Amino acid sequence: MSVDATTVRRIAHLARIAVADDEVEHLRGEINAILAFVEQLSEVDVSHVEPMTSVMPMEMKKRADVVTDGGDAEAVLRNAPVTERNYFLVPKVVE
Amino acid sequence: MSELAKLTIAAARDGLKQKTFSAVELADAHCAAMEKARALNAYVLETPERARIMAKASDARIAKGEAGPLEGIPLAIKDLFCTQGVRTTACSHILDNFVPTYESTVSGQLWRDGAVLLGKTNNDEFAMGSSNETSFMGAVTSPWRRKGSNTPLVPGGSSGGSAAAVAAHLALGATGTDTGGSIRQPAAFTGIVGLKPTYGRCSRWGVVAFASSLDQAGPFARTVRDTAIMLRSMAGYDPKDTTSVDVPVPDYEAAVGQSVKGRRIGIPKEYRIDGMPEEIERLWQQGREWLEAAGAELVEVSLPHTKYALPAYYIVAPAEASSNLARYDGVRYGLRVPGRDIIGMYEGTRAEGFGKEVRRRIMIGTYVLSAGYYDAYYLQAQKVRTLIKQDFEACFAQGIDAMLTPATPSAAFGVGEKGGADPIEMYLNDVFTVTVNMAGLPGIAVPAGLDGQGLPLGLQLIGRPFDEETLFSLGQVIEDAAGRFTPERWWA
Repeated sequence: MSVDATTVRRIAHLARIAVADDEVEHLRGEINAILAFVEQLSEVDVSHVEPMTSVMPMEMKKRADVVTDGGDAEAVLRNAPVTERNYFLVPKVVE
Repeated sequence: MSELAKLTIAAARDGLKQKTFSAVELADAHCAAMEKARALNAYVLETPERARIMAKASDARIAKGEAGPLEGIPLAIKDLFCTQGVRTTACSHILDNFVPTYESTVSGQLWRDGAVLLGKTNNDEFAMGSSNETSFMGAVTSPWRRKGSNTPLVPGGSSGGSAAAVAAHLALGATGTDTGGSIRQPAAFTGIVGLKPTYGRCSRWGVVAFASSLDQAGPFARTVRDTAIMLRSMAGYDPKDTTSVDVPVPDYEAAVGQSVKGRRIGIPKEYRIDGMPEEIERLWQQGREWLEAAGAELVEVSLPHTKYALPAYYIVAPAEASSNLARYDGVRYGLRVPGRDIIGMYEGTRAEGFGKEVRRRIMIGTYVLSAGYYDAYYLQAQKVRTLIKQDFEACFAQGIDAMLTPATPSAAFGVGEKGGADPIEMYLNDVFTVTVNMAGLPGIAVPAGLDGQGLPLGLQLIGRPFDEETLFSLGQVIEDAAGRFTPERWWA
């Protein structure tokens, strides 16, 4: 499989990465090189193989459903680029 | 340079205990060495004031007889580990002002045991790279040079700064993370020991995530014993990481020097790849002879799906990365680039904040996870991953205790020499290490010799899950036979 310029733009938008027009062709080449490299996986017969979902087979531990942390807005917001009265501030999203 | 920076962790521990020198003297010696070695760009942040405060506290604990297992030992921390109040960037522009309000579990356990922070070390941006050249903070220059040449070489990656710092005597040990070889490959390139523990052995909590099903923290040091000492402090169950495994942490150091008589060592025939330099083949042969001389039994084994590990990795790792790195959106932390609307802000922030390699991997990951392609790529890769793991399990079921392979397909290369035109060229560096991450196994790289140009080469040992102890026993045999390797100091 290989991607065309329209697909490169679509992927970039899905990934929320702005791509300039003059970058598209180069990116297309690189993505296609990687897709060609991984193409060899299709020759492996996996018809009776389960996909790996857990690296170490174990039952996931569950903790009690209680509050263990929180109530520290100052720490949560400390690294935010723009805040106001304990809120993260973003550009307007509703009209 | 002060003799104190040349010590091993084990020797420094003894010297501190016997009060031959103080933790402050040890920290000062390292801070001085660190300052003189800025040409290497191994550290992206030096923390000498903090080192002094921590070392003073260590001296006080030693005086009171309350020393921890790593008391007063100065260490470097890869800039992927969140350190409370100390800038942590993953060497990305998108995080270059991030100061964590919490400490990663692994680094926290090192401080609990008395270790001293020297600073944060350089790495490939978000650990995506095999040469440390994708760092937003600039490439690291290896302390090693080819005989009679001034060409700057890479230290390997992604944990290149940690490896360079330990090899150049700018820290007694360092932390790294290994997703496809990011501890073992730089350890091999710089002539030191690096261990990737079993998946789940060390907590991933507070470590900047790259590919969560592959990432694992581990130690770098100049001897096998020193890595064993560090691992004991780094390892352990952490309720904050659901993939961390609740099994006891053994005294790894006790395994160092244990006899390897009768241990069965697999030699996977698929690792004899086309175009492998003769020097690597010879080194591997030499390693077999050393282990045999120590009483181990060598058995040729087959891991038939080896050649599929790297292509499967380049689906699984970017897929997980694209998901993990979705959090960098200019809202909660890091860089924000204003845009027309919120989508414009996201897209502008991520275009400017991520470097070329990171953008490329996020896009590959986004593509293989997108509607209509998931089964063909991601699901197929996860099935191949099961087969890779089964290959190892079949060998272990036949009584194989560990495998011996080369650590890398070549010695270190020059800065700017690889991967410029074709990303795959760089990816091939991890051909011997990546299988281990895909199967979740422990692996150690141990320096084993120098090539014709005087550059270090390493051997890799791969173990059963949670059997790091066998790797330490076998690694010590190689270290005893091969000796240790130190670069000639050309900086400062």
